[in-house]
Amino acid sequence: MKEFFAMGGYAFFVWTSYAIVAFLMIANVVAARMKRKRIFREMQELAEES
Amino acid sequence: MMQFIHKYGSPRYYYQWSKGWQKWLSIITVVLLVIGLYQGFFVAPPDYQQGESYRIIFIHVPAAWMSMFVYMVMAFAGIMALVWRIKVAEIVVGECAILGASFTAMALITGMLWGKPMWGTYWVWDARLTSELVLLFLYFGVIALHGAFDDPRTGAKAASILAIVGVINIPIIKYSVEWWNTLHQPATVAKFDKPSMHISMLIPLLIMAVAFKTYFLSLLFMRSRSEVLAREKNASWVKEILKEQS
Repeated sequence: MKEFFAMGGYAFFVWTSYAIVAFLMIANVVAARMKRKRIFREMQELAEES
Repeated sequence: MMQFIHKYGSPRYYYQWSKGWQKWLSIITVVLLVIGLYQGFFVAPPDYQQGESYRIIFIHVPAAWMSMFVYMVMAFAGIMALVWRIKVAEIVVGECAILGASFTAMALITGMLWGKPMWGTYWVWDARLTSELVLLFLYFGVIALHGAFDDPRTGAKAASILAIVGVINIPIIKYSVEWWNTLHQPATVAKFDKPSMHISMLIPLLIMAVAFKTYFLSLLFMRSRSEVLAREKNASWVKEILKEQS
């Protein structure tokens, strides 16, 4: 297990790469959900006004 | 053909048919990512030259492929937006730019982190790296233009023109490793004779590439569906959806 995380001495490069890609991919999903919520909220407000 | 485009591109019909696609594509993405990562880390052996560091390939290459694929989708949507004034295509241009920029950033960052141990440097101004950086700025330009006008349709038009003109950069990226002497290695998979990669490494790479593609499509559907509602907020079918939700 320890050997696996060491990545033959390249741990920093391999895991940083994977961490950044994971972060960006998750951030994209979160951003898409927030966009959906924001638009629904805005439309709800618009409907209440009229 | 035109009837087909107008039918599937009408905001209301698009909102309906894309729902199922979005759901299934996101499920497939999760499954493929699990299989691809498992195979990439536990089945594929270490590289005989690069040791374990080459495992960055399983995210670097799919992200780099996507950076170009998304651009082509964006430019194609740009043509549809300009020529046929398809509203959904205008939306797709903007959403592609955001997702494409993130794939390009992924490709650049993972490339730097792979370059440091293998080439001894994070960055060189060679043809492949520079043209990929230009791609990132093209995406930023499209995002900026898309949001720069009070009228979103004017913004989409301007962004589409930039997207179409910028297509010139795509073959430059693709063939940069052949046209110029670069530090970046030439294509390993996408070439006419057999890929020079062992099957145990090729399979996880291709699985990850498909996973990135389904990931992109599911997010594209998700983002553009919301945007369709926002643009069509005065249409009666959108008001009905809103009533159902509340």
